[in-house]
Amino acid sequence: MAYEITLLTTMAISVLFALSLNFITGFCGQISLGHAAFLGTGAYTGAMLAKAGVPFLLTLPAAAAMAATLGVLVGLASLRVRHDFLAITTMGVGFLFLGLVRQQDFLGGELGIAGIPATGLGKIGFMALCIALAAAFVAFSLYVRRTWMGYVFESIADNEDVSRVLGIDVARYKLAAFIIGTAVAGVSGALYAHHFRFIGPDSFGFVESISVLAMVIVGGIGSVWGVAAAAAVLSVLPLWFQVIDDYKLLLYSALLFGMMRFAPDGVAGLLRNLLRRRKAVTP
Amino acid sequence: MSAVLEVRDITVRFGGVTAVEGVSLKVESGALVGFIGPNGAGKTTLMRAITGTVTPQNGQVHLSGREITAWPVHRRIRAGLALAQQIVQPLKAMTLAENVALAAGARKTRNPLKALLQTNRMPELARARELLALVGIGDAAEARPGTLPLGYLKRLEVARALALRPKLLLLDEPLAGLNQSEAQALADLIRKLADAGQTILLIEHNLREVLRICPTIYVQDNGRPLAFGAAQEVMADPKVRQAYLGGQA
Repeated sequence: MAYEITLLTTMAISVLFALSLNFITGFCGQISLGHAAFLGTGAYTGAMLAKAGVPFLLTLPAAAAMAATLGVLVGLASLRVRHDFLAITTMGVGFLFLGLVRQQDFLGGELGIAGIPATGLGKIGFMALCIALAAAFVAFSLYVRRTWMGYVFESIADNEDVSRVLGIDVARYKLAAFIIGTAVAGVSGALYAHHFRFIGPDSFGFVESISVLAMVIVGGIGSVWGVAAAAAVLSVLPLWFQVIDDYKLLLYSALLFGMMRFAPDGVAGLLRNLLRRRKAVTP
Repeated sequence: MSAVLEVRDITVRFGGVTAVEGVSLKVESGALVGFIGPNGAGKTTLMRAITGTVTPQNGQVHLSGREITAWPVHRRIRAGLALAQQIVQPLKAMTLAENVALAAGARKTRNPLKALLQTNRMPELARARELLALVGIGDAAEARPGTLPLGYLKRLEVARALALRPKLLLLDEPLAGLNQSEAQALADLIRKLADAGQTILLIEHNLREVLRICPTIYVQDNGRPLAFGAAQEVMADPKVRQAYLGGQA
């Protein structure tokens, strides 16, 4: 039972994290190769505060605020770059985060932070909270897609020059996407820290950024259900099969490449095509 | 009548090349002004200085009496400019109606937070279908742009610009790439919009259609203003004839 609880908790945290990237990359079209930095910011904030005696539930908004603050800074810096330049910029942010954390003794340096206190909710309670937060963000993401904000995001993802000509303040909308996406990544980070009760810089490196991007792309960029399903499956595979854990980077990179090459709309896109074909055959 | 658009002494240089030099231009409320000039006359550059994608080294742009020279593109659009672009740029994942409705919802998209609280797109979609019917492509309202011919997409650009309820409609070569009958039909529509009170500045190469529908013409050559006035008078001007025909006119 304890094993299943761990699996489900890991899954829920991954779904939340993947959907936070989906908000920025899938909804608003802004590619990020350094999203793990925001997970890390949330994790370190949550861990430090918990060790300082702050109640667990209060560490969540603090982690969100800290990650979103960094998100605004990166967002502001990213407003002038697009596409491949944005990819490189965000990748740089990821490495910058690692470089900084590794050098700070008060953050545990290379060794990281161990002995993060328990949440006080119990394993089942904590799992329920993680699932509830993931479900809430699924619901929020689905809602946003129906709003005018989602409508504008769609246009920016398609062609931001056209959005401007339609009177849209593209910079403000991109910042909004960065703030929401990075805040939620921060919450996932604090949950991550409390789940494993140990964090180190290696948990938030480039591999983690690529893994979460693989979840978004495999699920189908922008598809809430697709990304949630992909995150759920891809997060537990390494736990189930040791061999997948050993070759995680190789496997996820191959998945990423294969999807981009053969099914750029991800599993969600494949399913849509299949349904359409079925409908076409049996009208 | 008052000036909707006033361009004062605009100069734009790209490196060592002067694309537009000392241009001043007034478009009065309700006017339909045809803006012509040979290739390389700096028409598109002046248009871009008006919409804000090019920053002039000198001069000012005023819209309804407000100076907008330093404003970003989206702010100018919200102040009453609208642009139908020469190279059509539909939002590919949306239907034509959704393309237009996004522009029609300018009030809802002003602020991201407000946009987050609004879900109803019905009134804007209804308005979009009206506008698509007005420009003659109501039949394609629910189609996606990918499969449609250029004539449809040119009209989509016009419908999307109109959805912003602009004080000034800028049309950048709306007839380019259309065949004779399509061009004539779109020119008729532009005239109809002007007759209904829409102020329009029309950049166009198709001299025949411009002369047919525009009462007023502005001619630019080599980045400098050449003539401005009633269409017949301007075209009778020897300077204009020379610029168009070359050599001695």
